[in-house]
Amino acid sequence: MKSHYNLLVVGGGPAGAIAARTAAHQGLSSCLVEKRPAIGAPIRCAEGIGREALTEFVKPDERWISAEMKGAAIVAPDGTMMKLESGFAGNKVGYILDRKVFDRELVWQAAEAGSDVAVKTRAAAPIMEDGVVKGAKVEYCGKVSNITADVVIAADGVESKFARWCGIDTTVPVREIMSGAQYVLTDIEIDPHSTIFYLGSRVAPEGYLWVFPKGKRSANVGIGISGKKSGSGHRAKDYLDRFVEKTFPKGKPIEFIVGGVSVCRPLECTVADGLIITGDAARVVDPLTGGGIYNAMFTGRLASQVAADCIAKGDTGKGALMAYDAGWRTSKMGKSIERNYHIKEYLIRLSDEKLNAIIHSAAQLKLSEFSTFTLIKELMKVNPKLVIELGALAASLR
Amino acid sequence: MLKVHRDICGYCGCCVSVCPEGALELIDAYLCVEKICTSCGICAKVCPLGALEVVDEKPL
Repeated sequence: MKSHYNLLVVGGGPAGAIAARTAAHQGLSSCLVEKRPAIGAPIRCAEGIGREALTEFVKPDERWISAEMKGAAIVAPDGTMMKLESGFAGNKVGYILDRKVFDRELVWQAAEAGSDVAVKTRAAAPIMEDGVVKGAKVEYCGKVSNITADVVIAADGVESKFARWCGIDTTVPVREIMSGAQYVLTDIEIDPHSTIFYLGSRVAPEGYLWVFPKGKRSANVGIGISGKKSGSGHRAKDYLDRFVEKTFPKGKPIEFIVGGVSVCRPLECTVADGLIITGDAARVVDPLTGGGIYNAMFTGRLASQVAADCIAKGDTGKGALMAYDAGWRTSKMGKSIERNYHIKEYLIRLSDEKLNAIIHSAAQLKLSEFSTFTLIKELMKVNPKLVIELGALAASLR
Repeated sequence: MLKVHRDICGYCGCCVSVCPEGALELIDAYLCVEKICTSCGICAKVCPLGALEVVDEKPL
């Protein structure tokens, strides 16, 4: 490890790894520091990602793909199941990853491209000069050293501290943190190529419960509920255990994890002088699905591209780095976050009865193309009672 | 004061993200509580496992 780099990347998840890989490809010197002793562990993720989203960053490899998804199903509060099949029979729409291996692969690619990597190395404080981020004080096995950098990329996840230490408020509102728990259950009867989402206030208040296949007879069975709805006796684990006992009484857990997923709007500003914030740390998780892998990789890549540009021009101040903030906000990803935030806000306010009515109507539709717009349009035809509400939602999406 | 039940904690960092004071930090598998904690209890509410508890301060 050197004492100065063009880029210092804090965090070794998908955002940090892609940032480091991109930096190396751009000819920048970079170092990725991960506080945990191993890349990829522990996992805090349901591991789902769309096929196109994934292939934009890395070629799918069976070493870290647990299962291929061809369809999805949504289960209404009353138990009605609505199936969503891929437009083309047999087409892969997405993957359930093996994040432990996937994350290692991405960091390995960053290292191979030329980035330095350090594990069990914690960024313990930023190095600041006149309000400008100049690097970080890092700790490794009790040894403290200073690493300076032209730009620091904060990719330190949902439990992000770095940006906060630099003076940025990253607090997630209680109602917008998904409190989550997940088992990897094995020896269970499932459709190995379809994800299932369970909705309803009794199953997962203001969130959802998922079954994401990991193989023929195993799946990530997990839940996210709003922090607002969480409390003693009714926590994520309580809801999940109740579901598992009822649905998969003979399932055997081989892993149990917990975690938080933000479903708020992204940070008001994701840059500061000498600092770029990416991925979960920037709160760029998709507020509707809670999916964060793609958005993390997208912001990680953009962060290094903008940093490279700014370093070349000799200006890494906030104004110059704003190209990153503006870049992701105006991207398809940024627009999709904003749109899905509205949809999420609409959905969490629906009663179970309304949700049942919508899903009953949607279950009658044969949609070859599944987009939010076509769904809303078709739903309004089938269930005229929903016109007013859905119309308001559609208007907010325009 | 805030008590961390370390036998229950899943060291996931959910609590860290909601702390309005920035008083929590997850160092690998160890949740640290700094003195600036106001015992507001927000973290205890959102914890997926119930590993955090606001208890009455009792001097030793």
